[in-house]
Amino acid sequence: MIKGIIASEGIAIGKAVIHCEQELILPEYKVTDDQVNNEIERFKKAREQTTTQLDKLYREMLGKFGEEEAAVFEGHMMVAEDEELEEEIFSLIGEGKPAATATHEAIQSNVQLLETLEDAYLRERVADFRDVGLRLVKNILGIRISGLENLEDNSIVIANDLTPSDTAQLDLDKVIGFVTDVGGRTSHSAIMARSLEIPAMVGCQQATTAILHGDQLILDAVNNQIIVNPTDEQLTAARAQQDALTSARNELAKLKDLPAVTVDGKHFELCANIGTPKDVDGALRNGAEGVGLYRTEFLFMDRNSLPSEEVQFQAYKEVAESMGDRPVIIRTLDIGGDKDLPYLDLPKELNPFLGWRAVRMCLDRPEILQTQLRAILRASAFGKLRIMFPMVISVNEVMQLKEHVEQAKQSLRDQGIAFDEQCELGIMIETPAAVMIADQLIEELDFFSIGTNDLTQYILAVDRGNENIAHLYDSFSPSVLRAVKQVIDASHAAGKWTGMCGEFAGDERAALILAGLGLDEFSMSAPSVPMIKKILREQNSGKLKELAEQCLKARDADAVRALVDSIH
Amino acid sequence: MQTAQIQVTNENGLHTRPGAVFVKACKEFSSSITVENKGRKANAKSLMKLMSAGILKDDVITLTIEGDDEVAAMEKLKVVIENLEG
Repeated sequence: MIKGIIASEGIAIGKAVIHCEQELILPEYKVTDDQVNNEIERFKKAREQTTTQLDKLYREMLGKFGEEEAAVFEGHMMVAEDEELEEEIFSLIGEGKPAATATHEAIQSNVQLLETLEDAYLRERVADFRDVGLRLVKNILGIRISGLENLEDNSIVIANDLTPSDTAQLDLDKVIGFVTDVGGRTSHSAIMARSLEIPAMVGCQQATTAILHGDQLILDAVNNQIIVNPTDEQLTAARAQQDALTSARNELAKLKDLPAVTVDGKHFELCANIGTPKDVDGALRNGAEGVGLYRTEFLFMDRNSLPSEEVQFQAYKEVAESMGDRPVIIRTLDIGGDKDLPYLDLPKELNPFLGWRAVRMCLDRPEILQTQLRAILRASAFGKLRIMFPMVISVNEVMQLKEHVEQAKQSLRDQGIAFDEQCELGIMIETPAAVMIADQLIEELDFFSIGTNDLTQYILAVDRGNENIAHLYDSFSPSVLRAVKQVIDASHAAGKWTGMCGEFAGDERAALILAGLGLDEFSMSAPSVPMIKKILREQNSGKLKELAEQCLKARDADAVRALVDSIH
Repeated sequence: MQTAQIQVTNENGLHTRPGAVFVKACKEFSSSITVENKGRKANAKSLMKLMSAGILKDDVITLTIEGDDEVAAMEKLKVVIENLEG
């Protein structure tokens, strides 16, 4: 059984086609001075041929995949015509090397330079250079460029690596999956497999040696295994899993426009967490009923100075407009702790998670807060926005924050700028302090949203980045669940509501407990929405309430999980 | 001579695709254009050399332009870098 890295999920059953490069034999003859011009001409002719081929591939790709994927070949053409590369090749030819050998060596030395780069993404672009280099050398030597033509139906391509030229030529009517020896999740072939939505595994190391041409294969890019020449039982099992996968996908897709309602009619609001306006697409595609957490930090990162009110306004407005009447919770700047902004010159702290971060910093730097609040309020005129403050520990902070909101509103009123007067205010519940005084806090607010990642770390006093105690970090701990319950109950007693925007809300087991505890809104990464919706739609709210009550009495996190597994 | 420090903001830095967009823009000018990143200097009209400068998101690169159209080139290339995608 072969394992690797799953590049694109799915199961394919088919025949192996080994795609390997024949070894190139580079000429070793010495080019004499009077032959130098001839060799240079040879190179130039081959280069012309190369760009013609690449241009053709570019147009083929454009039809098959679209602009973005095709653009790789524009890059290839540019490498083929690279002025520095040309100079290096000509100088090697001048030293007496034949055109093919000179080209190979020049490419090779540049590839080696690239391989020293620290960034994996850039390093994986080495494949692009090799690809162009090989094409040039083959054209000089007059070797036909082998493609993956004349494949049979249900072919699974096995290769050391697939170059962009290879993937461009894949006949999608015939190829149902591929496997490579090298590569990672961001290598070109992996990205391609995901956009083609065909199963693929990369980084399988010995795939090309362990698999023979014509072998029957189960490419199981769900459980990370490739079975070579499977038994009938294995085949039957794989087909069953394949069917299950397809129907599960169809099933989930059908739920897209249905609400998350239990069989007895209790409704939960399922929302998505986003980081940029672009993420709205994914949220809507997965049927999110709103945005439960819009992290605004990204607007503040990647720049040399604070973003202006206008820049922020445009981003918030874009999200508000594309979500329409679906609510969007915008969290104000949550910087400090482990998240740094170089241009703010934040002091290094001994204990950053307990330090000058989030609203603590924003209350000390009111100009940052005012700019953001004005931008959010202005955007509130274009959709349904809610404002949420992170890292609150006291009623006093809430009162100060509310004053700032009022100040921002007043300045907009004075200028006659429209905004939503009813814009709801809430806080993130991340600190044990906020849990303890939830009943007092909610009097001043419209909603809570529990941030389980930090709440778990603070309740358990476990640094989530510390490997030695990683096993102690467990959101299923009864202590954390009891805190969650206390918060939900406090909000309900005041006729308000509580959501959750940590990873916990998108966990299949946790969702059942949380629903039982009465959580009103679940916000998670968009791809998790369909599955959580499916699970909730299968349950009875009374049963979930019982489950939650039992979980609160459980003695440890494992016992909590066992309880959930016994009903699910 | 024109020089400027510019921050690269697109997600994956100057790899093949955004790199190609940038090199293409550089080639529209006759001036000589170099990019320096973390001590590595590269001819900006060569995608190959540009990529070996290992320019990543958030890197602040130094753009140096010298030639007849250096002013126009600087103006244009700043905009190009700020708007790179991918």
